[in-house]
Amino acid sequence: MFSLLVLVIRRDLVLAMRRRADVLTTLIFFVMVVSLFPLGVGPEMEMLRKMAPGVLWVAALLSSMLSLVRLFSADYIDGTLEQMMLSPQSLSMLVLGKMVAHWMVSGLPLVLMAPVLGLQFDMSAQALGVLIIGLLLGTPVLSMVGAIGAGLTLGLRGGGVLLSLLVLPLCIPVLIFGAGAVDAATSGLAVSPHLSLLGALMLLALAFTPWVTAQALRISME
Amino acid sequence: MAINWFKYSAPTTFYGLAGKLIPLFAIPAVVLFAVGLYIGFFVAPTDYQQGEFYRIIFIHVPASILSMFLYLVMAGYAALGLIFKTRLSAMMATAIAPTGALFAVISLWTGALWGKPMWGAWWVWDARLTSELILLFLYLGYIALHASIDDPKRADRASALLAIVGSVNVPIIYFSVKWWNTLHQGSTIKFSGTSMHVAMQQAMFITLLACWFYAIAVVLARVRSIILERERHTTWINELPEVK
Repeated sequence: MFSLLVLVIRRDLVLAMRRRADVLTTLIFFVMVVSLFPLGVGPEMEMLRKMAPGVLWVAALLSSMLSLVRLFSADYIDGTLEQMMLSPQSLSMLVLGKMVAHWMVSGLPLVLMAPVLGLQFDMSAQALGVLIIGLLLGTPVLSMVGAIGAGLTLGLRGGGVLLSLLVLPLCIPVLIFGAGAVDAATSGLAVSPHLSLLGALMLLALAFTPWVTAQALRISME
Repeated sequence: MAINWFKYSAPTTFYGLAGKLIPLFAIPAVVLFAVGLYIGFFVAPTDYQQGEFYRIIFIHVPASILSMFLYLVMAGYAALGLIFKTRLSAMMATAIAPTGALFAVISLWTGALWGKPMWGAWWVWDARLTSELILLFLYLGYIALHASIDDPKRADRASALLAIVGSVNVPIIYFSVKWWNTLHQGSTIKFSGTSMHVAMQQAMFITLLACWFYAIAVVLARVRSIILERERHTTWINELPEVK
């Protein structure tokens, strides 16, 4: 079962590397959205420093929505997904592999990029550290919960917008705790409650979302 | 005598039953609204703190309660439909969604009307307001997903799964938002008793019942339309007097 997981992850990573532009567009979108905020609200450093965690988290949320549409669609169009579902392997495990690969391709670059963008907002080193830990715990949840939406909207017209409509409300707790952790760090409060809750959300998502996504795919492929 | 519990789980039989039940719920709903609002507006005393403004609770509280309760009922029907593959359950879930969304809108709207004189703002980012807004988003997501799938069977099952995921998520969202910020006044009605005047309580419970009956009547009427639409190719529909 573990080898299956590694196989699926490797396959998806290779596919992503063959289509590098897709990965880069998500990252560029993230950078652009974050950079638009100072232009919209003005360059006062005091205000920007306060807004930074929220802006970075919302931008991360939006850009992960952008890449979710592609999670299953390519495999669906060329028939690979059907073959995967016909195979005697556990579909939940296959889905988990795709989620992990999706996070490595679209979530991890955001985590690595975030500190650079945080510097634009004059965030302190300590706040940046908390931001990175928060993103590391939170972005996998976005990929996992988003996968349910991607499974449900498979092959529908206007799937992208619909996907965001379904998934964004479900991701609100991640946003709250992720941005809350950074806020707590800058105001000198304990960050561990927020991070613990983010970790709990991740474990909860890890336990249930692969199975739910597998069910969603079964419904969509019937 | 053996009772066939599943007799009315078929759209064919339920269609007639729903038609008979609608007036049984619609007429009491109108009467209860009239009585409840009369007590609420003319009998209940003025609040010593909030003046006359508080009277909006006779709409606001029932609407909020029903918006949350209906989501659970919807998810319950959705789960039934998904597990037992009963067509009627899925139709019921679909029929409940617009009414639930309507109550969520009413709740937010009346809350805003109350918030302006009380808090001095139409909207504040308070835990309850925010989670009610998110509940509305969940309803809209459900309706949007159902509407964008052409195959009714897939639409039922996909949106059912979404409703169930949503209902699991509702407590998580509620508590996360609650810890994030809280300004809304706590519940006045608790299981241990209440500090409310009797007439206020009566008015609120009567309007709550009225909203409940209204919701049942409307959902039944809507489910009848859904049955007509989905089963339009069958012979029993074509033999109905209202279709002929």
